[in-house]
Amino acid sequence: MSVKKDVKLLAGAGHVMLAMWALMVIGPLLFTFIASFKSNTEIFLGNPFALPATWDFGAFGRAWREAHIGTYFLNSVIVVGVSTFGTMLLGSMAAYVLARYQFRFNRAIYYYFVAGLAFPVYVVLTPLYLVVQAAGLLGTHTGLILVYIAYSLPFTIFFLAAFFKTLPNAVAEAALIDGASHTKLFFRVMLPMAKPGLVSITIFNLIGQWNQYVLPVALLQGEGAESKWVLTQGIADISTSAGYEADWAALFAALTIAIIPMVAVYAFFQRQIQSGLTAGAVK
Amino acid sequence: MRHGRNPFVVGFLVTPIALYTIFVAYPIAELIRISLTDWSGLSPEFTFVGLDNFGKILTDDKVWQAVQHHLLLLIALPLVTIALALLFSFLLNMGGGTRSGLATGVWGSKFYRVVFFLPQVLAVVIVGVIFGRVYGPDQSGILNSLLGRLNVEPVQFMAEWGMLSILGVLIWQAVGFYVVLFSAGMASIPGELYEAAVIDGASRVTVFFRITIPLLWETIRVAWVYLGILAFDAFALVMVMTIEQGGPDGDTSVLPVLIYKQGIRESEYGYAAALGVSLFLLTVTFAALALRAGRRDTLEH
Repeated sequence: MSVKKDVKLLAGAGHVMLAMWALMVIGPLLFTFIASFKSNTEIFLGNPFALPATWDFGAFGRAWREAHIGTYFLNSVIVVGVSTFGTMLLGSMAAYVLARYQFRFNRAIYYYFVAGLAFPVYVVLTPLYLVVQAAGLLGTHTGLILVYIAYSLPFTIFFLAAFFKTLPNAVAEAALIDGASHTKLFFRVMLPMAKPGLVSITIFNLIGQWNQYVLPVALLQGEGAESKWVLTQGIADISTSAGYEADWAALFAALTIAIIPMVAVYAFFQRQIQSGLTAGAVK
Repeated sequence: MRHGRNPFVVGFLVTPIALYTIFVAYPIAELIRISLTDWSGLSPEFTFVGLDNFGKILTDDKVWQAVQHHLLLLIALPLVTIALALLFSFLLNMGGGTRSGLATGVWGSKFYRVVFFLPQVLAVVIVGVIFGRVYGPDQSGILNSLLGRLNVEPVQFMAEWGMLSILGVLIWQAVGFYVVLFSAGMASIPGELYEAAVIDGASRVTVFFRITIPLLWETIRVAWVYLGILAFDAFALVMVMTIEQGGPDGDTSVLPVLIYKQGIRESEYGYAAALGVSLFLLTVTFAALALRAGRRDTLEH
């Protein structure tokens, strides 16, 4: 009987702890959401979790237009869309060749790429900045996209090369005997077979690049760069100016605009996202 | 069949190698070269100064202050995060009743897992800005507003408890990731093992310490290394949350922020590059030590 009692006690205390952590996770997000509809007085003096007296949507309009969240959001979509696509295309091409073709320097090239995993971006920030500057790409989306792709390649290649190795040989051989070119074999046969791995690593890159902050801060600066800023940069900027412009609701509205798509995507694809993001640790 | 093989291999590799070389490998090589010079952005000329920059780093109080902050994070972040994540994942997987001899998770465990993981998909910057309001110094901060209802004087989180406040945010964001990771590990432990232990009269607590933790040891080690590496970052949080980006008075400074300020704002390229090399050495030393230290005979199941 002692085991049963034991379980009940544990389950009871366990529920309290789990519920408390869930509240701590949701609390700040819920507060942000509610505050974007409130007036400054309500935000400062009211109960943080009380509903607003009137639901005022005005802050969303101000955040979108006056604080340029619309522009930043669009910039993020463009930059991350292109760079994730580029990462997946170039990463899967390199991983495929390195995993399934034997040639001189194959291992050397593989380790050359994988060695990049040891260097976090913030370590090489200074020389990277100078390289991008020398290439005339400072303050441009092109520069940021190329840098995103370059820094995403090591992990993408590492992960996908392992995945391509597990694919059966028979199908590939049959396709080549049928006269398919190597390129056709890759795009028509091997890529579709690698779909589960591609989905995981696409999600991994998409979220990583969407949430990137140190690279845009270092590379999208200088005159006129503000119109090129991505969402994370814009949010950080609004948070410093919200104080003296005294438009807190607009800051919370901006945060809400940034959070809602992530929460929505997560709600739909939570299984794939969880496995995509933990993929790195399992390897 | 071999026709067109070599052009194909070269064609598929040339662009990735070029991009990677220009933006990753070349800057790494440059990092080391620049760290040995006195180059500052003011003049295009610079001289080779050997290890002078590193000597300066060793006597720079700002650097030591930042290193202390990394040490605090290095110890506390993995410890608290792993402890909480292990506890939560154990409850989620085995905290409930026993069904046909096997322990099940508590009621609602699927919901908890989804909620706990949510912070992981949010950008650190956005999390940082939100917590800037959570830690607000007066009634406008969530925590102080709640404390005020209990008649507690406002706590100056960022001014007086900066590093601990940042540690709290890092833990808040990380726990869910490791709950999912450990849950996956626990799910792969065969049920018979638990069944046998329970028949032998072992309590849940005994099961947790004697079976779950030893069998998850490899995953816990990986978690330790990951969280340790995270402890050398904290760039985004310090940039958006703290007073004067690393203040007050350097109380929340971290090396990535020093590198950014020295290298990109002040154009002290030589010194900033040397800081980068130092940070790299610290990270690699930690990773190597952590991988060695936790090694022990793996338990098979």
